[in-house]
Amino acid sequence: MACSILLFILSYRVYTRIPTLCMYQYNDNDQTIIEERVVQFRGQTERFLKGELNEDQFRALRLMNGLYIQTHAPMLRVAGPYGLISAKQLRKLGDIAKNYDKGYAHFTTRQNIQFNWPELAKVPDILAELATVQMHAVQTSGNCLRNTTTDHLAGVCKDEIEDPRPTCEIIRQWTTFHPEFAYLPRKFKIAVSASAQDRAATQFHDIGVHIVKNAAGEIGYRILVGGGLGRTPIIGEEIRPFLEKKHLLSYLEAILRIYNLYGRRDNKYKARIKILVKETGMETFRQQVEAEWNAIKDGMELSDARFAEIKAHFTDPAYDKNAAADTSFAAHLEQNSAFATWIKFNTKEHKMDGYRAVFVSLKAPDSPPGDITDACLYAVADLADEYSFGEVRSTHRQNLVLADVKQADLYALWQKLSALKLATANIGTATDIICCPGLDFCALANAGSIDVVKEINQALDDIDYIHDLGDIKINISGCMNGCAHQSVGHIGILGVDKKGVEWYQITLGGSSENEAAIGDRLGPSVARDEIVPAITTILEVYTEQRQEEESFLTTVKRVGMTPFKEKVYANH
Amino acid sequence: MQIIKDKQIVENTYRYLADDESLSNGNITVSLARWLQEKAQLLSHNGQVGLRLTIEDDVTLIADDLNKIALLELNFPAFTDGRLFSRAKLLRIRFGYQGEIRAVGNFMLDQVFYLSKIGVNAFHLNNEEQLPVALATLDDFSISYQ
Repeated sequence: MACSILLFILSYRVYTRIPTLCMYQYNDNDQTIIEERVVQFRGQTERFLKGELNEDQFRALRLMNGLYIQTHAPMLRVAGPYGLISAKQLRKLGDIAKNYDKGYAHFTTRQNIQFNWPELAKVPDILAELATVQMHAVQTSGNCLRNTTTDHLAGVCKDEIEDPRPTCEIIRQWTTFHPEFAYLPRKFKIAVSASAQDRAATQFHDIGVHIVKNAAGEIGYRILVGGGLGRTPIIGEEIRPFLEKKHLLSYLEAILRIYNLYGRRDNKYKARIKILVKETGMETFRQQVEAEWNAIKDGMELSDARFAEIKAHFTDPAYDKNAAADTSFAAHLEQNSAFATWIKFNTKEHKMDGYRAVFVSLKAPDSPPGDITDACLYAVADLADEYSFGEVRSTHRQNLVLADVKQADLYALWQKLSALKLATANIGTATDIICCPGLDFCALANAGSIDVVKEINQALDDIDYIHDLGDIKINISGCMNGCAHQSVGHIGILGVDKKGVEWYQITLGGSSENEAAIGDRLGPSVARDEIVPAITTILEVYTEQRQEEESFLTTVKRVGMTPFKEKVYANH
Repeated sequence: MQIIKDKQIVENTYRYLADDESLSNGNITVSLARWLQEKAQLLSHNGQVGLRLTIEDDVTLIADDLNKIALLELNFPAFTDGRLFSRAKLLRIRFGYQGEIRAVGNFMLDQVFYLSKIGVNAFHLNNEEQLPVALATLDDFSISYQ
């Protein structure tokens, strides 16, 4: 009885407070397409299981549906379009984690969600469930147009020219089931940024779209092309400084057509567009693209009405205009230093006075980076409904964001997140590590990554020390495919295989932000038992060498590699 | 031998004419090299002429002849090679080709829907038994974003 009353109260709270969503909502066409896709993939899976499709054929088809065959089981990657997820969708992910997986899910650097233990034959059922909440796994893998990513603070940060999400949605629709570009030489990733500070790593994407204002005050796009990470990290170059908004899709189509026709297909390690741009030369490549674009642009213009229609999905939520009048927040900040620290590291300023964007840290010391349990998925969904207009974002660094939290609610939210172990005050610090699944799950990996992160956490168990170190981005990948973007980590760790033994290469000075840089090799790779001491040594050298408030990255740039090298390899 | 053409399973009416084979009546397909050498004779023979194009063939060489060619066969070297998707699209939108574009070679039936969206209107599958399934895939999606 008590239980059912409690349930009633809980459901009353949840269901009466479900807000109107300010994110893209499917219309009948979107829903039809996604349901037809489920039927299509079910047929393909059945034909494979009956032996009517061979391994190679099914590989291409399943990958375009985010389905890998991993070390232990298939891995299904679900799309999180530009990182936006509703509370309802999060609950569905919780259901899938519970009913089809081992009770957890994993957030990736492309703002997607991975399940590591689904059963192949049941994947069509999972897709059918996802379709009921406007989700899918379309083009989350394979040599096709992938999920478009953007700033996790889109629409709420102070420094953006306009909200990038409508542009992302227009790109999402154009890329989805594009018939011409489903069998590209290699995968293709697009990122959009609209703010002064690039939080979407756009310079390391096949295409980076910057929303900019020209001298006449018109808003348009600056287009970068040929960036990428992986085995050959390259910083993207500008192909067009200003593109009128109406030409967005024709320009993307022109780039893709040139790439599809001329990109290398003889060697998968040279097949990304970055290699085509380098080998062709930017000038010639630009001429090819512009010639193609001039031939198609008039027939592919985006109308103002089209932009307006999409933009209408991304209106501001019903902000409380008096949110800043609250005084409890200041009082809690004063009285509770742990809360104040969490505010400092795990929240960001908001365009609305009296609101902040809150990071839900998926980097608790004892949990694999980016992993979240089904129970926490449900809990975060409830918190999103209660405190942030029913919406959650996933971030490029594998955390979650509740983007619109009133300052008066921050203290209660912090307490609830703390109880869920989702409030480790480490966003942007040395333990907010980007990490791939590594040897534990991935068939490609040469070395483990999750356990290394665990040991780094054990070695850095003093949160005050971590806070003192400040802004440090450590990225660790278990192989040179570089899923965790180690080459642009302030500290990059790359697992390599030496005659069946796990070794680790270290790079310093990489960055995926405005000052894009690829890290420099510190020296020879180190053995498994030396990697964590090497990292702690690097951090010690930083604290010795830094001047005043100097960040890790600035110190590395100023002093160079030598002081780090001397200490790390002192005993060799 | 049967193929899919314009959303129907029909008999293939073209005969493969090897480069060293002498011309005979009826619909035939020839290589680009033979077309360039014997265009006049080919056009005056009794029957329609189709061209067998490989991925290496330069379509601009036949840009002015396209209205005389009833069929272009695009020969897929491997199903993963997506270049012919863009080639087919360009044949329609850039060269204004109105005749039959037929996919042949190493493509798979799961590509038939996408190919149909970019201007390929006929399909010769290596495994003829798959024709009904391939035909059904043309209705996989009722709506498209592009």
